[in-house]
Parts: sequence; C-alpha cells; structure tokens
Amino acid sequence: MKDMLLQVEPLIPALRRYARALVRDRANADDLVQDCLERAVSRWYQRRDGAVRAWLFTILHNLAINQFRQSASRGRHVPIDETNEDSFGEAAVQEQKLMYQDVLNKLAKLPEDQRAVLLLVAVEDLSYADAATVLNIPVGTVMSRLSRARERLQQEIEGAADDTPKNVVPIRSVKNEPPADHGR
Amino acid sequence: MNHRPITEDDLHAYVDRVLEPERQAEVAAYLGDHPDVAKRVAAFTDQRDLLRAALAPIAEEPLPPELNLSRIIENRARRPSVARWAMAAMFLLSIGGLGGWAMRGALQASPEGLVALAREATASYNVYTPDRVRPVEVRASDSAQLVQWVSDRLHRPVKVPDLAASGYRLMGGRLVATQHGPAAMFMYDDDHGSRLVVLTRPMSSADQNAPMTSQSQGDVGGIAWADDGVGYSLVGHAAPESLRPIANEVRKQARAI
Repeated sequence: MKDMLLQVEPLIPALRRYARALVRDRANADDLVQDCLERAVSRWYQRRDGAVRAWLFTILHNLAINQFRQSASRGRHVPIDETNEDSFGEAAVQEQKLMYQDVLNKLAKLPEDQRAVLLLVAVEDLSYADAATVLNIPVGTVMSRLSRARERLQQEIEGAADDTPKNVVPIRSVKNEPPADHGR
Repeated sequence: MNHRPITEDDLHAYVDRVLEPERQAEVAAYLGDHPDVAKRVAAFTDQRDLLRAALAPIAEEPLPPELNLSRIIENRARRPSVARWAMAAMFLLSIGGLGGWAMRGALQASPEGLVALAREATASYNVYTPDRVRPVEVRASDSAQLVQWVSDRLHRPVKVPDLAASGYRLMGGRLVATQHGPAAMFMYDDDHGSRLVVLTRPMSSADQNAPMTSQSQGDVGGIAWADDGVGYSLVGHAAPESLRPIANEVRKQARAI
C-alpha cells in the first residue's frame, strides 16, 4: 500500500482538475475523484501495467461518463459559476479571471467527447496513446476528435469576438450586477 | 531534400510539443512558408496556453479531507469488504444447503497432504496455461505487487522462484482457491512457449514436511514436496524426472528465504 500512496497521491490534483473541467461543479467533481480513489485502492493489485496515470484517468473518466449518462436522463446539469464568490480589488486580476471563466464557458459548449480529448491531451499532458487508452478509442480517433475540438473551440472564441463587450468591458459593473452572459 | 509531407496530426503534435526535435524543425519551417496555417497553429497554441492557465488554480487548491488518500486506505482496511461478506455467505450456504457434499467427501476420504496439493497444482496448470487471453492475473512486470498480494493472503512471506537458469521466465501469477485455502500460483514460459506452473500454500495438518514426490496425469507431470509446513508443487508438460532439476532449484531458493 505504500507504493500506492507514493504513486497515486501526487496525481490527485490533476485528477481533480480533470474532473472539475469535465463536470464543472466542484462538489460533484470531488465526489467523482473520491470514488475514483476508492476504486483505485480496492483494485490496486488488478491493474495491468505500470502506467498508473493512464489507469487512474481511465477510472475517473468512466465514472464521469456514467454520471453524464445518468444526469442526461434526468435533465441538464446547470454549471455553477464561481467567479463572483470573492472580488479581487485589482482590475487586471479581475479581467484575467473573467478571461479564464470565459474560455471555460466556451469549452463547456463542446461535445463531451471532444472536451475530454482536449483536456487529457492539452491540459493533462497525456500522450495520444494514453488518451486513447483512457477513452477506449483508437489513436486515430483521438487525433480527429482533438482536431475537431480545437477547431470548434476556436470558432467559439472568434465568434465571441463580435460581442466581446459582454464579457470584457463592464469590469467595473461586475460587482454590482450579475454578469449578463451567465444567465443563459 | 526529401521531406515527408506535413500532416494535420503533425500540426497538433507541434502544438502539444510532442514531436521529435527534427520533425519539430520541419514543421516550423513549413509554418514559416505557410502563414495561413501558421495562424491557425498559433491560435491552437494560444488556446492550449489559455486552458492550462485557466485550469491551473484547481490543481493548486488544498485537498479536502475526503480526498486524503491515507485515510481512504485506512477506511478500506477497517471495513469488511463486499468480497469478505460474499465469502461468509458462501460458507454459510455450504454448511446448510450443501452439507451432503461434505459428508460424501468425508466418506470418500478426500485427499490430504501432498496428494491434494499435487492435484490442485495440476488443475491450475490445466486451467490457466492454455489461456491465451489472461493466463495470469498479475503480470511479471508487477511482481512486487504480486508478492505482496499473495504474501498477505497466505499470511507468510512468499518468494517468487527465479527459474532463469533453467531457461524459464516468470509470466506472472495469481491467487487460486483450493480446498485447503488460498494458494499462490506462478507461471513461467521458455523461448519455445512451453509453460510451467509452481503452486505453493501452507499445508494443513498432513505432510508438514515431505520429500519430493512425483506424479503424472497423462502428459502432465509434476513434483510436489513440503518444507516446514509450506507445500510446493511444480507442474509442466513433461515427465516428472525432467522437471526434477527445476524442482531442486525452486526448493533451494525457497529454503533461502
């Protein structure tokens, strides 16, 4: 169990990040990670090879997908917006936060399979082969989904360029009124 | 110069910085000549940077108590697992509904000691070595886990015999169920693909110490023995006599624990 602690513990922050980016809601994402860790502990001796990272992401991803399926039948999950919980005084920090929130909102519009590939490859630094293992698809499919995900996200970003004022300009009014674009 | 054509996959691998340096340079040169593609690639790179920056703070957050791995491991050790409940249930069932079987076994004087061990090893050999999909549960590459697993279950340190000198490599192993409790099975193969199995478990009352005894069943031969309450059986597709040097090696190594 000691080697498990040494190998798994350092990966928990990345698992949280992936879960949160995938399902967006903090409590929900952490529940998934907890579930993932419990399974990893009970199946530690059943894993097939040395690639602990890909193995953990596989468990987590499958849990998330199951949850997506369940919630899809119950109706759409509404993401929680956390940017306005606390307000930093500096406008620059605030603006950066909005920019980050904005790209995450756009990411959320991607189909879930494209989002997963993009997150695993571009954020979690999994190799294309490991991403294929996690998603249980051929590497060629990873590449085509990655390509579609990037094109689509780019469209979202460029499409939004026309109505940027919505997200970027009213920095000063953010504290006083709810941001207009989260109510959709 | 003969360059391989640049593919879409190359462009993504360029963005993800996973190309070989040489190919990276080729793609960079290509982008220099094709500003439209370069613009797209630059946009993808910006996306990647932005996503990473936006998500980085999540990984920096302190872990909540329910994600404390040591605690998860502890909790698991404390509560009886589903498997254990299932085993208890099976046991009760076997006392109740299947009592007749136990009676019949007793009347037939079910094999004890080395004879039982040799049969179990032969059964494991017959079931697992022809398996092309998953002959072993834990592969040799995880032999540390394998050793810990079977040692935990057998309540004693188990060492995996090294048969390299005889030309056999460890493939891996698993825990197997026997009438006398859990046993550890290790499987080996040689360059010709012929497989051997070593089965070991604590001996019940009979045959705590027993000299090497050979047995055979059709073409499958084996040698079994017991040392200080631990039984061993080596089984292969060979005459028992040809297995004896390997059995000697296994015994020598086991005694060196």
